[in-house]
Amino acid sequence: MREVTYREAVREAMREAMRADERVLLLGEDVGRYGGAFGVSKGLLEEFGEERVRDTPLSESGFVGAGIGAALGGLRPIVEVMTVNFSLLALDQIVNTAALLRHMSGDQFGVPLVLRMTTGAGRQLAAQHSHSLEGWYAHVPGLRVLAPATIEDARGMLAPALADPDPVVLFEHAGLYNLKGPLPEAPAPVDIARAAVRRPGRDVTLVTYGGSLGKALEAAAALAELGVDAEVIDLRVLRPLDDATLLASVARTHRAVIVDEGWRTGSLAGEVAARLGEQAFYDLDAPIERVCSAEVPIPYARHLELAALPRVEGIVAAALRTLGR
Amino acid sequence: MTTTVGLDKDDLLTILAPDGTVDPELDPGLDGAQCLRMYEAMVQTRVMDERLMNLQRQGRIFFYLASTGQEACSIGPAAALTPDDWWVPGYRQPGAFVYREVPLKLLVAQCYGNAWDVTKGRQMPVHYAFREQNMVSISSPIGTQVIQAAGVAMAMKRRGHAKVAITYIGDGGTSSNDFHAGMNFAAVDKAPVIVICENNGWAISVPTPRQTASETFVQKAVAYGMTGVRVDGNDVFATYKAVRDARERAVRGEGPTFLEFVTYRLAGHSSSDDPKRYRPEAECEAWRAKDPIERLRLYLEARGLWDAAREEALLERCRKAINEAVNDNERVPRPELISMFEDVWAELPPDLAAALDEERQARGEGRFP
Ligand SMILES: Cc1ncc(C[n+]2csc(CCOP(=O)(O)OP(=O)(O)O)c2C)c(N)n1
Ligand SMILES: [Mg+2]
Repeated sequence: MREVTYREAVREAMREAMRADERVLLLGEDVGRYGGAFGVSKGLLEEFGEERVRDTPLSESGFVGAGIGAALGGLRPIVEVMTVNFSLLALDQIVNTAALLRHMSGDQFGVPLVLRMTTGAGRQLAAQHSHSLEGWYAHVPGLRVLAPATIEDARGMLAPALADPDPVVLFEHAGLYNLKGPLPEAPAPVDIARAAVRRPGRDVTLVTYGGSLGKALEAAAALAELGVDAEVIDLRVLRPLDDATLLASVARTHRAVIVDEGWRTGSLAGEVAARLGEQAFYDLDAPIERVCSAEVPIPYARHLELAALPRVEGIVAAALRTLGR
Repeated sequence: MTTTVGLDKDDLLTILAPDGTVDPELDPGLDGAQCLRMYEAMVQTRVMDERLMNLQRQGRIFFYLASTGQEACSIGPAAALTPDDWWVPGYRQPGAFVYREVPLKLLVAQCYGNAWDVTKGRQMPVHYAFREQNMVSISSPIGTQVIQAAGVAMAMKRRGHAKVAITYIGDGGTSSNDFHAGMNFAAVDKAPVIVICENNGWAISVPTPRQTASETFVQKAVAYGMTGVRVDGNDVFATYKAVRDARERAVRGEGPTFLEFVTYRLAGHSSSDDPKRYRPEAECEAWRAKDPIERLRLYLEARGLWDAAREEALLERCRKAINEAVNDNERVPRPELISMFEDVWAELPPDLAAALDEERQARGEGRFP
């Protein structure tokens, strides 16, 4: 075992993929000389050269569309978009082409593209840098949407994503890059079909993903002090959702709190709640609770930003409500 | 070094004049068989467009969009490229599919969306896709294909394939974000791609002065640092030569070329509009005199390759071919309902597998798989 950061884990995954397969290349703004807006690709230009680590012109629809074309032409591009907020400029390419092409072409053309982008708030970068829009992507058939929340997932999700014949969108919460943790010298492959139980428990299920996993685990620790044994589920895969793991957990705990940094209205949290309502109605002993971001653009000032985001105390309070406490 | 031909409106690459005479200095030197193949594809395309538009009027297909008057824009380039160069087309180049010998019955099947349709009833008519011919699915959102073609070309270069990608956009499409993104990316990357603007005067009801304040579309190539040529789009020798030259530059590593094909849309935008409501008939009449098919026919006659009897026989053959394709398709069943759930992803996810099961059970069939 060694200690690495989430950032290093993603970098190591990219390095491994590029060493293993000549077809893999990295495209995006400032990914080369600068090493990426979040420092993830540092050192890759030096190792793989400008042909494979490409600083592209500043146009999201441009380099995402070029990535789609490159995938059609037989390469395996990884496209880095600085943040999900800027990916909106490429939404047409992602939703109207990458996601649809296999179906629209009658299975003649697929788009094996991996899109990596940061998401989430917490760094005082205000509304246009801080939103969590992964739920929008999870809405779209044809995409696989992943949210690595741990060092192992940051390290292990890229290889299966690149092996996927269809487009995969990987959301890296910007608050996680400095997360440190142990990683085996030769990490085991990870499964990109299943949610993970990060903490087993009997009394209530906390369902979360990405940047909120840490908060949910903290809330579970606080609940333990109060004699409540919370189970924490990390969705990991936002599309297609792993209903089976969720249902099995709620069948044991009979209570669910969903923690999602996205806005509540029309959210992934809403989708999870609906699925539990449809499929676990008779298992539930209390109304489902949701802890989401306030329905406001994420503000800049520190105290305002914190107040807008899901908080540990809020998760604890919601869990206690499901227990009638 | 990049060069631009066509900075002002008088500048136009023309080889074959409307009277069928050829500029000897620019003559691309095509042999008789090649000229005849191009001619036959142009006539077949026009006949097909007419027949399928009628089919739409009869309510047999839901939508159609013709290329009438613009056949030289797709067939010259198709002849100039190799059969495995990539096409990332727009919607107004049916001639390219005809020239590449995609069977007519498959084109017609796509418009019907029936069980023969290789896009399996999922795409609007004329949104063809043929993997075997390296012809990528036509994209409805205007402009998106330009940057995708630059990406395909980037892949060809990276993989060391001496292949190019060709893509098309309309005059209106040059106003789109992705036209700019694609042109810029292609030029910076020196991607082996050929971007063709079919300037047919109109974007549905909007005339070109409402799309650009540039005197010519090819002027845009200058700003991107790209070679550009303004070409007579109704002259199949000019469209052929411009693309042949662009291809040679691209495979030599000299990067992309932007070609403005000056042409005219003789019919409506699609089956959904009536052009009489927004443009003068006289404009149309003036362009009829520059018909690309007529021009090539006059040339072939002067070269002793063509006469009235052959013309009659060809028209007969083309009509028969499209009528047969239509008649055959009339008997083809619809795609299986459950096929709708397939190919969203390469692998069927649990919720779609469940939907598929439900559909099967509703019809008294077994469970998936
Ligand atoms: C992004 C987008 N906006 C609008 C449309 C609707 N639309 C379809 S064709 C068209 C006009 C295109 O004109 P032009 O680019 O000149 O091509 P032409 O039809 O003349 O060949 C429009 C506005 C569309 N398909 N996509
Ligand atoms: Mg037009």
